[in-house]
Amino acid sequence: MSRLKLFIPVIVFLAMAVMLWRGLYLDPRTLPSVLIDKPLPEFALPTVELGDRVVGKADLPDEPFLLNVWGSYCLPCLQENPILMSAAEKGEVPIVGVNYKDKLNLAQLWLEDNGSPFEFSIMDENGRLGIDLGVYGAPETFVVDGSGVIRYKHIGVIDYKAWEDEIMPAVAQVRAETGQ
Amino acid sequence: MAIMKTTGAFLLALMLWTLPAVAPDAIHAGAAYAAVDTFEFETDEQQHRFRRMSDEFRCPMCQNTSLTGSNGGVAEDLRREIYLMIMDGKTDEEIEQFMFERYGDFVFYRPRLMWQTVLLWFGPLLFLLFGGWLIVGIVRRAQVNKVEEQVVLNEDEQAQLRKLLDTVKDRD
Repeated sequence: MSRLKLFIPVIVFLAMAVMLWRGLYLDPRTLPSVLIDKPLPEFALPTVELGDRVVGKADLPDEPFLLNVWGSYCLPCLQENPILMSAAEKGEVPIVGVNYKDKLNLAQLWLEDNGSPFEFSIMDENGRLGIDLGVYGAPETFVVDGSGVIRYKHIGVIDYKAWEDEIMPAVAQVRAETGQ
Repeated sequence: MAIMKTTGAFLLALMLWTLPAVAPDAIHAGAAYAAVDTFEFETDEQQHRFRRMSDEFRCPMCQNTSLTGSNGGVAEDLRREIYLMIMDGKTDEEIEQFMFERYGDFVFYRPRLMWQTVLLWFGPLLFLLFGGWLIVGIVRRAQVNKVEEQVVLNEDEQAQLRKLLDTVKDRD
């Protein structure tokens, strides 16, 4: 027993070392979203593309789609744009934008310059929809099913790895589960 | 014995290290008031509640400051929402629930008491109890050792001892 006691500091040290080591590789920016499996919030907002028209939940696609939070000020959004563009061109999955805390003219210019992968972009100029979505900064991407329930959330830039390993598998799973 | 002391010291250090968990006030007592808001309140109580709540909610974007101390866009928006909710007559619980539904437990600098946070709230107490238990053990053992060291002499031995002491006295 007393022999065993000798090893207590070593065991405590090892346990802490393992935990701290693991902590080094956790991304503190990835917060678990409480909104997974919750329906999208209600909204009635204008868009970047559709002039005076006000859109709401009823205007969203009735199949699984991506809801991508972006802004013309957001550099990582520019970085992920080609991936979203290629997906939109190939018709892999519909993408709806949320133009988060941006200005209409800047957003329009950005889409002209870089191309738009979006069906349309909901204009959330004062960030109120963003708060309801638990957004804390662009880019963030939600996978939403055909009935408007959030099924997955990706925080930060989408690179090819995230697209292949996270986004599309999440879309495929939602499609399989809902038969859409 | 030495190993027990080392363990005790280690636990004490660990306790001190985890102590801020039970005293969240200490963390943001020094938080800088970076943001200047121009909200108008009707009563001091409303203003006080606003201050307290934007101190106790954590900015989701900047992570290590409260809403008060952050210039981030989200923090600004959330301060505005809290202000509007206070002016709307919402209770503290309703505002907390609003924040929780959107940003989860992450936004609370003072974590809610749930089974996932039990260790966070009472862990330090556990360490304290464990440390106390160790100290009591150490002290008891030391006392037992002292008792064992007391040698009881029988009559013969006492006579022998007296004789020896007398010899020493004679020498003087």
